[in-house]
Amino acid sequence: MPTLIQMELSRRELLASSATTVAVAGVAKEVRAAGARGKELQNTTEVTFKVNGDPQRLTLDNRTTLLDALREHLHLTGTKKGCDHGQCGACTVIVDGRRINSCLSLAVMHDGNKITTIEGLGQPGNLHPMQAAFIKHDGFQCGYCTPGQICSSVAVLEEITANIPSHVTENLMQQATVTAEEIRERMSGNICRCGAYSNILDAIHEVAGVPA
Amino acid sequence: MGVEGIGASVARKEDKRFLTGKGRYTDDMSVPGMKYAFFVRSPHAHAKIKSIDISAASAMPGVIGVLEGKQLQADGIGNLICGWMIHSKDGSPMNMGAWRPLAHDTVRYVGDGVAIVVADSLGEARDAAEAVVVDYDVLPAVTEAVKALEAGQPQIHPEAANNLIFDWQIGDGGATDKAIAEAAHVTEIKLHNNRLAPNPMEPRATLGIYDSAEDHYTCYTTSQNPHVARLVMSAFYNVAPENKLRVIAPDVGGGFGSKIYIYPEEIVCLWASKKTGVPVKWTSDRTEAFLTDAHGRDHVSTVKMAFDKDNRVTGLKVDTIANLGAYMSLFSSAVPTYLYATLLSGQYAIPAIHANVRTVYTNTVPVDAYRGAGRPEATYLLERTMETAARELGISPAELRRKNFIRSFPHQTPVIMNYDAGDYEASLEAAMATADWNGFAARKAEAARRGMKRGIGMSCYIEACGIAPSAAVGSLGAGVGLWESAEVRVNAVGTIEVMTGSHSHGQGHETTFAQLIADRLGVPIDSVNIVHGDTDKVQMGMGTYGSRSGAVGMSAVVKALDKVEAKAKKIAAHLMEADESDIVIENGELKVAGTDKALPWFQVALAAYTAHNLPAGMEPGLKEGAFYDPSNFTFPAGCYICEVEVDPETGTTEIIQFVAADDFGNIINPMIVEGQVHGGIAQGIGQALLENVHYDPQNGQLITASYMDYAMPRADNLPSFKLSHQNTPCPSNPLGIKGCGEAGAIGSPPALINAITDAIGNNSLTMPATPQKVWSAINAAN
Repeated sequence: MPTLIQMELSRRELLASSATTVAVAGVAKEVRAAGARGKELQNTTEVTFKVNGDPQRLTLDNRTTLLDALREHLHLTGTKKGCDHGQCGACTVIVDGRRINSCLSLAVMHDGNKITTIEGLGQPGNLHPMQAAFIKHDGFQCGYCTPGQICSSVAVLEEITANIPSHVTENLMQQATVTAEEIRERMSGNICRCGAYSNILDAIHEVAGVPA
Repeated sequence: MGVEGIGASVARKEDKRFLTGKGRYTDDMSVPGMKYAFFVRSPHAHAKIKSIDISAASAMPGVIGVLEGKQLQADGIGNLICGWMIHSKDGSPMNMGAWRPLAHDTVRYVGDGVAIVVADSLGEARDAAEAVVVDYDVLPAVTEAVKALEAGQPQIHPEAANNLIFDWQIGDGGATDKAIAEAAHVTEIKLHNNRLAPNPMEPRATLGIYDSAEDHYTCYTTSQNPHVARLVMSAFYNVAPENKLRVIAPDVGGGFGSKIYIYPEEIVCLWASKKTGVPVKWTSDRTEAFLTDAHGRDHVSTVKMAFDKDNRVTGLKVDTIANLGAYMSLFSSAVPTYLYATLLSGQYAIPAIHANVRTVYTNTVPVDAYRGAGRPEATYLLERTMETAARELGISPAELRRKNFIRSFPHQTPVIMNYDAGDYEASLEAAMATADWNGFAARKAEAARRGMKRGIGMSCYIEACGIAPSAAVGSLGAGVGLWESAEVRVNAVGTIEVMTGSHSHGQGHETTFAQLIADRLGVPIDSVNIVHGDTDKVQMGMGTYGSRSGAVGMSAVVKALDKVEAKAKKIAAHLMEADESDIVIENGELKVAGTDKALPWFQVALAAYTAHNLPAGMEPGLKEGAFYDPSNFTFPAGCYICEVEVDPETGTTEIIQFVAADDFGNIINPMIVEGQVHGGIAQGIGQALLENVHYDPQNGQLITASYMDYAMPRADNLPSFKLSHQNTPCPSNPLGIKGCGEAGAIGSPPALINAITDAIGNNSLTMPATPQKVWSAINAAN
């Protein structure tokens, strides 16, 4: 049951508090307490991280997601906002080697992290092997979900190499392998409405060096 | 075919920018001084607006302006329109109610826009939108079309008594009734074609920029047809005259129909930019997209199909009720009429057809064309009925179809269409061979030993693409012509720009259109740029929908190219002192046939622009335009076969194989065509297995407004597909193209449902065939 205080808490009050408090504690009473401290109330926080190898220092509204920090503040618009709810995967980036939905993560939580976006994976004339494989296998049409698909694909192969099991991994005692079922499962967080899934599957298989 | 010409699977020219994050979509655009918009939307499905108080919101931090519908009306901004007039069978015009860009007296669906807030940041605009106080007098709502027609239901528009928009018919009712009365067998079925949300991954967005110095507007928008947007916004919505309005649709992240229409947001953001004096950007969030993007399908139909003693179809009678939502969207009236009922003959020779269609207002978001638009509804209806009839008659579904195929062309159906070419038997045979149809019984028995229910189903579809000719569609009520335009501009150094009115939002036009030029002139495709999506750069166009860009858009390029070649040949003949009729264009050169005399393409282009030595009286330059108005629709067709295995314990359906055998006419780029078919089938499987828009019938709230509630097809839901082509060239356009963009979405749902109902032995199954529904159907059958 929600408490009376939670019911009364307004959006403004919530937003006026520190996002880190919300993220860590997530408890309305503490939020209100933070607001009541008056002078300590901070709407913005300085954060430093590396994006595609370049150090960045930003002072951000606490509620800014990593996705918005990349798109609106660093103008790295390759990472896309498809749903802003972590349900479509278009915003996938690689943080310290792991793929995350950048829309579900506040920028201030990434102080000191190394972030790789689609712009950092490869450039025209110097494509990442996954980007080249997407061209060869026609792994996309409109291109909107593609940056997320590629970041996800790159990280998926690293997850398999690191022997991180998935929902469909049958034998947890053995090294995870690249199979169609594994790839489909691991890529199921990235929606492609153009329906290029089977070509994306072929592209990932090629980079993994395993026939589809 | 050369390595880059027609028929080659050339890797796409647009690939590199999409793959490296360099694509430029509307939400990626920033201009100096740009501010952010957030719309205040109705939380109620139906309500009177008693008052709107913007005072608190206007005083919020960062707020530049809060604007509402009364101001918009005072400034003379017009109502949104439906551009296709349909008359009821009693001769009366359709009952179109007013659609204001911002509602100011009544809201009619959850998400109806009420006010716009413009602020320094999106966060501030959202905050201020929460402070806009709208006092609603909530009214009862109705969301289902059949119910909305009943007596005593909420009345949504004063113009439409009993919520009926029109009551339309096509075909010969008397002859059809006679066929049914005299039939040896009549198959009856009731079908619901489920309601879908198009869901391009790029949400709609728009950036309105008013330039007070020039009294000029620029609109960046996620559109499939920027010229139509400009035309409608100037001619009907009074935003600005065409010469003062530039519409740019840059990279667009998928449309599937939903980005054809001009929505309130484009109009309001342009107007708000003038009112506030700043550029205004709005980007839909995903829930807003579910709430406000035009939905697709939502038909309820009853069908009677009559057979003689030899199992030939003698008549087809259809009654359809189509939900058009709270307002009539731009092409909404055409979808359940001329894009639907005219295809009810399918691939079959049916002597008598009659269809009655009633369209209905409900308190839901407008419904309009979504990938296939009318044709999936017709195909689902016919192919579910054929399959049901085959089961009732005790003959194989393939045999029943074969017996009724149209086999000579041209073929005039009883419902307007004149099919020009096709070979339906060839697709059927190819699909059955690929699917190993004859080996199915053994596979079914093997599955049964494992406790699984295996089923197989087919669907033979036909569609009509490249809607035209303009005079014909005009006589049927279309408000626009359906031609396409192109300009081929040869630069002085021989590089080429092609301006096309078609718009690419995933179709790869920048490659396929360039392949056409490369094929004809023998120049590398890298020397050809395809320019589209900007009303300042491209003269005019009707855009991309209905699988028309190849058949209609490229045909316009062919016409312009014919003129360019003719002029280039004249210049070359003059320079080489040869006869014009002896000049041939090959491998990037203009040659005198039978001699070794030749001029490179660039040299002829340069001669056209230096104009030092041109034939007497010839104008300088090498640039030609053309408009192409097709003489007929095109008729892609094919056969799809789906084989499934259903787990009777859980009701879960696994697709074992999916076979598509298509006739698309001539193909420019097989790789791109394959991608289009994959995508269409993915959306068709989505409709049949997963997707469903659900409104709460009590209060009109949209229950499925996120990807947690609306099941999109994902990588683990779909198999790989087995594709083949049995192409018969289209005789009615110069390239012989039929179109391929929608076929997959049209042909696949009935194949899948026919397979599942075959597996479970219960024909009563509605889309989407969720595990719960399939499990219930299995247990009802037992």
